[in-house]
Amino acid sequence: MRIVVDLTRCQGYAQCVFLAPEVFELHGEEGLLYNPAVPDDQLERVRQAAAACPVQAILVGNEVSVGGR
Amino acid sequence: MAGDLWEGRIVIVGASLAGLRAAETLREEGFTGSLTVVGDEPYPPYDRPPLSKQVLLGQAAADATGLPMRRDPDAQWRLGVRATGLDPPGKRVLLADGESLPYDRVLIATGTRARPWPNEREAALDGVFTLRTRDDAAGLAERLAAGPRRVLVIGGGFTGSEIASACRERGIEVTVAERGPAPLVGALGGTLSKLAVGLHRAHGVDLRCGVTVTALRGNGQFTGADLSDGSRVDADVCVVAMGAVRNTEWLVDCGLAAGPRGVACDAGCRAFNMYGIVTDDVFVAGDVARFPHPLFGYQMLSLEHWGNAVAQAQVAAHNMVNPGPRRRPHLAVPTFWSSQFGLNIKSVGVPVFSDQVVIAQGSLDERRLAMVYGYQGRVTAAVTVDMAKSLEYYQSLIETAAPFPPGPGAADGRPLLTEFTLPSDVPDPKELSHGPTVALTGYLPDRRLTVVRPTG
Amino acid sequence: MAVDTLLERITDYANRPDPYPLYAELREAGVARQRDGRYLVGTYHDIAALLHDPRISADPRSRGQSEEQRQPPFLRLDDPEHHRLRTLAMRPFGPPHSPDRIDGMRGEIARIAEELIEALQDREQVDVVDDFAYPLPVTVICRLLGVPREDEPLFREWSDAIVSSADVRPQEEESTERETAGEQARAQMGRYLLDLAEQRRGHPADDMLSAFVNEPDPAMRLTREELAQTAVLLLIAGHETTVNLITNGVLTLLRHPDQLDRLRREPGLLPNAVEELLRYEPPVHMRERIPLADVDVAGTTIPKGTPLVLALASGNRDPRRFHDPEQFDPTRPDNQHLGFGSGIHLCYGAPLARIEAQIALGALIPRIGTAQLLQDPPPYRRNAMLRGPRHLSIEL
Repeated sequence: MRIVVDLTRCQGYAQCVFLAPEVFELHGEEGLLYNPAVPDDQLERVRQAAAACPVQAILVGNEVSVGGR
Repeated sequence: MAGDLWEGRIVIVGASLAGLRAAETLREEGFTGSLTVVGDEPYPPYDRPPLSKQVLLGQAAADATGLPMRRDPDAQWRLGVRATGLDPPGKRVLLADGESLPYDRVLIATGTRARPWPNEREAALDGVFTLRTRDDAAGLAERLAAGPRRVLVIGGGFTGSEIASACRERGIEVTVAERGPAPLVGALGGTLSKLAVGLHRAHGVDLRCGVTVTALRGNGQFTGADLSDGSRVDADVCVVAMGAVRNTEWLVDCGLAAGPRGVACDAGCRAFNMYGIVTDDVFVAGDVARFPHPLFGYQMLSLEHWGNAVAQAQVAAHNMVNPGPRRRPHLAVPTFWSSQFGLNIKSVGVPVFSDQVVIAQGSLDERRLAMVYGYQGRVTAAVTVDMAKSLEYYQSLIETAAPFPPGPGAADGRPLLTEFTLPSDVPDPKELSHGPTVALTGYLPDRRLTVVRPTG
Repeated sequence: MAVDTLLERITDYANRPDPYPLYAELREAGVARQRDGRYLVGTYHDIAALLHDPRISADPRSRGQSEEQRQPPFLRLDDPEHHRLRTLAMRPFGPPHSPDRIDGMRGEIARIAEELIEALQDREQVDVVDDFAYPLPVTVICRLLGVPREDEPLFREWSDAIVSSADVRPQEEESTERETAGEQARAQMGRYLLDLAEQRRGHPADDMLSAFVNEPDPAMRLTREELAQTAVLLLIAGHETTVNLITNGVLTLLRHPDQLDRLRREPGLLPNAVEELLRYEPPVHMRERIPLADVDVAGTTIPKGTPLVLALASGNRDPRRFHDPEQFDPTRPDNQHLGFGSGIHLCYGAPLARIEAQIALGALIPRIGTAQLLQDPPPYRRNAMLRGPRHLSIEL
């Protein structure tokens, strides 16, 4: 699974970092870094983080599979 | 009736963020026809912002930034093949492999590419990079991981500053060469560029402003560069971060209003032809688009912003499958962010569309502030440093054309700062090493478009 | 329309079980000036805008009335002081300094929940509040802060007095006595927590009081007064609101057996269900704010210094923001609710509350499939701001 965070919306509430600290990281007080490729064992935590985001900025999904429809 | 808009053939040229979001939106809107997405890179849509951050820091692999889909757009993906031309009368997209794709409606979302180092031989030296694609990032990240003695970054815009920040975080020596007076000055103006200078210096960047790089040296392998002040920088990696070039060459003879500044379109994302007449089957979205915005004097805006690519792609897709009265304008206020040296810089509005600024909250000393930009007495932009939660308040001021300077009252406003406006000091982009990420390309009678700061 | 009595009616105990029709009336009225001079705001977009407006103060001293000059805890301070204290309070609790702290408590919280549920095994009748929803967060916050669990009867009394004094109520109501009691309780609880912290000076344990009192960087240390204020805030907020969230959750699920059944079959929906609970039955219904300049709200100018009551729970049911807002829908998309507030004061403990609620409801759901509410509506606590049942009797 892949994630992308709409950092235009992100206001640095860091709820995702609390809930999935192996995937999301606060860089300084407010800047968010994250691992876009979610390890399988982190998927449940990432889904919690996506649900909890106060600005609903986290999208979890599959990437386009190459070469096909 | 509208029914036939939901059928037929749609081709999207460009398989990055805007192309993907447009494809998804078309299906969400009920489009049931055939959908083809063309991309010149061999990869499915991926996210670019992490390339200059997580990827350079070694925290994520360059091939790990594939964009998640909101839904499967059920599209034919033609990846790794470049579009070479558009034939509007024949309604075909021409591809580099000789094939042509017939369409009923087409969306141009070809974005930008990195502006290359102008000397081709020097640009070809091993160790010289640009940073725009996944392959660029993979190559550069590999070099950084190998522990170069020094990295030279040409251009002190957002990308250049983020690269310098990543290098320092990895303990790599870095020199930034910027032709203008300070990093970020072209995007944020004089006051915040002073903050940027302080950040670079505090983090040990060898910052050289007011200089240009005159030559890249090396015999096969990059070894250093000559600067216009006569000095020389010895380095084994060079990153050319001089801004972007819009991918419009493939449209040069097709009769559309396409040029180096992008493809002009109306507020509904419909492309103009060269006579300024709006088309009804050619749409534009993302970095390659140039569109009028009522909040900024109906000037044509060209934005290299992630959020604009998403918002404009959605409006374009909606309008591709809806009849005139149900079409929507693309009026989103421009927003962007940059993360560098541990600070989160966010912007709303168009900071270069300004003559004055005021620090409304916080201060430069704390490296935590909200700065408001005004033009002729109204609020046109705001930039926050580690104060993102305030940004939507300033966005509402921009959207309502609130008077500048904004009224006092912020709990963390400092009277000595909030009462005094300063010139915004946005230089002419021609004086900078890096291209602007926001360009106003229209006309205002009282000032040059790309604002010139009086010298002296 | 008697708009000026809305706050009185909302805070009237008789309306505690269902204030939502009053909130609908409030949204209809726009901004409603109350008899005591305060303004009530209940529409989502107005509340959200005010919570992000730097001219809106959370500090009760901004009214300009001179009697209360002691510095409040960071919950009721403005930036830059709020930012400084919240950042220091965050150091042992969350990112960037302690990102794993709360995530690392999941196992312990789950064990506490299981123990509480095991104790209910042979019972036919259960009070969800006293038997589960109260002891769970109290035990968790005690472990996290470093407060002996057996002292609960002691600090429960203080906590009741403090929470009661902090309620939103019409100002003509006699309240001096309650405020005095609240102040006394606050001081006593502060001294109690400072004593606990002092015992850990030089002997740090793995708790937040230890971290505060043993902070090596002098620039990152709280003063005695700040430590007392912060520790009181965390202890109270750490359990007074989560008990409501869990209890409201059980009540809502028992009132929606179809959704309860669905969550039992699809436990992956639980995180979204908790967000929907925070929208539908939030534990905090109102917050008070004071403008530092004249501000315009929905076309009405609110003069500087005039208190505003923001009805978060009303914003959460605003049909101009949420489709079908009166429906409890655990699969609701785009659920940007105000259950934890928004802006710089967004609930400090939100991640802990979320994890507690997810674990608590996840553990209860398999066991309450056929449970019956014995009293609906249940008896509520007095508090209108921190609204929740006092008891929730169910038959298993």
